[in-house]
Amino acid sequence: MRLVLQDLRTIGGYALREAVRRKVLLVVVVLTICFLALYAFGTYQAFKEVSRGDGGGISGVEEEVLTGSTLLGLAMFVTLFLGTVLAVFVTLNAVRGDAERGLLQPLVVRPVGRTTLLLARFLAAAAVCVIYVQIVYWSAVVLTNATGGYYPGHAIAGAVALAAAVTIIVAIALLGTTLLSSTANGIAIFMVFGAGLAAGLIGQIGTALNSDTLEQISSIATWALPFEALYQDGLHALTADIDGVTGVIVQLGPFGGSQDAGPLLYPFALVYLLAAGWLADRAFRRADL
Amino acid sequence: MPDALLAAGLRKTYRAAVALAGVDLRVGEGELVGLLGPNGAGKSTLTKIAVGLVRPTAGAVTVLGHPAGSTAALARTGYLAELFRFPGWASADEVLALHQRLARSAGGARERAELLGLVGLAEAARKRVEAMSKGMQQRLGIAQALIGEPGLVLLDEPTSALDPAGRRTVRELLEELRGRGVAVLLNSHLLSEVELVCDRVVIVDHGRTIAVGTPHDLVSAGGVEIETAGGTQRFADAARGDVPALVARLVAEGEEIYGVRVVTGTLEDAYLKLVGKDAR
Repeated sequence: MRLVLQDLRTIGGYALREAVRRKVLLVVVVLTICFLALYAFGTYQAFKEVSRGDGGGISGVEEEVLTGSTLLGLAMFVTLFLGTVLAVFVTLNAVRGDAERGLLQPLVVRPVGRTTLLLARFLAAAAVCVIYVQIVYWSAVVLTNATGGYYPGHAIAGAVALAAAVTIIVAIALLGTTLLSSTANGIAIFMVFGAGLAAGLIGQIGTALNSDTLEQISSIATWALPFEALYQDGLHALTADIDGVTGVIVQLGPFGGSQDAGPLLYPFALVYLLAAGWLADRAFRRADL
Repeated sequence: MPDALLAAGLRKTYRAAVALAGVDLRVGEGELVGLLGPNGAGKSTLTKIAVGLVRPTAGAVTVLGHPAGSTAALARTGYLAELFRFPGWASADEVLALHQRLARSAGGARERAELLGLVGLAEAARKRVEAMSKGMQQRLGIAQALIGEPGLVLLDEPTSALDPAGRRTVRELLEELRGRGVAVLLNSHLLSEVELVCDRVVIVDHGRTIAVGTPHDLVSAGGVEIETAGGTQRFADAARGDVPALVARLVAEGEEIYGVRVVTGTLEDAYLKLVGKDAR
């Protein structure tokens, strides 16, 4: 057990150093600073417009709350998207790509075991992505509060949902890298992310049109891609306390419908994660390198 | 003591393609064995199976008494792949330090310095891989394969990117390993090199072993050439032992003898005779 932990630390550290030295993290940090600067400016301007209050708003709508929750919904969506980009880049070559380039073989022939190797890559990638989405998410929360005085209800639940969602994406990306070449895997993960987003939007349309069929399609798709269900659940946690007309508008927000997925979501996400991990491990152990 | 490497009835198929069709191979403890064969003969597949990179379709391989690819076997095996790469951002010292940790070697900085010196990279410890020539990277790969004092080292084309000086370094290194009692399976296309250093040679073709023996065993006699007043006479089937009788006969026939040369074949001649001359 001590040796396994040592191996996990060694390979995890190697993966992290690779991300840092290849400047993947530097690019992400620079782009994230740009996003947060833009977000801060946009939020400041939006709250300034709302506070002028020219009387053109909808009756019964709390405009500060609507503005704050909508902007935070945007931040949450962008955070998950950026987390997905990061997850794809830190796992892109982990198995097939590194094997094709000859980087993996010298590591696999060490007495470490393929399962440990894969687990270490997963833990390193998940740690980077979870820390990253937390930094971006909480920065957005602080900026929204600082510029407009808005603070969401259950902010921690939103953070947990984002962490879980990006962990699921890392697991899917790692499964993909055991089966597909780097480019194919990158494309596949972005398409899977897009499919999740589309499922959320279909659900919103279904709710607006009162269509059971569309809602059912959305529900099945979001559970098949639970990062989307987690995102919707997190979004719901942020806005669950908002009631009245404002609450209705916020629930139909532009960045995917917020849905309370119920108590089974996290156990299901854990089972999904383990299943993806098992499939990835099986594929990796059977692969001829 | 168990053999360093023992393969029995090894088969590997990739869908319809047969890479290995039942190979038997033995590398004794401290033995230096050359593995020869044309491209696609199955040499790399065989070495990859020995280090657990490829799963055999049938047959068994043991390394120092342990199943190939098992943790116990890998802990005592060093391997240099034919196509390998180290991360460009890492220095030579960092690459070796990483592999020391994974190989559970307690050699520390002293082992790293010794290995880099052994492959002629003592001055390049801090040099990044991306700044190294292909030959330097190959030397680093060899150093990496020797981490943790392995009992068996498998080298797949270790000199393909090296200049003549680098090849000589590797040759000396192989002799040093033999001196230390380390078994080596050397997969190479450089027949002269194999002939110079290997105790035994195994030739595979179409996934089968077609010849096994010492280089001396495999090299056939090339006849005898006798220089006479009338020109050089060649006796293709004659061997060294036939020289006195041949000379006596020619003198008796009135020839004047100016020189005698016993022609020996090379491993290359023997190899080409066995596998044919067609390029693949």
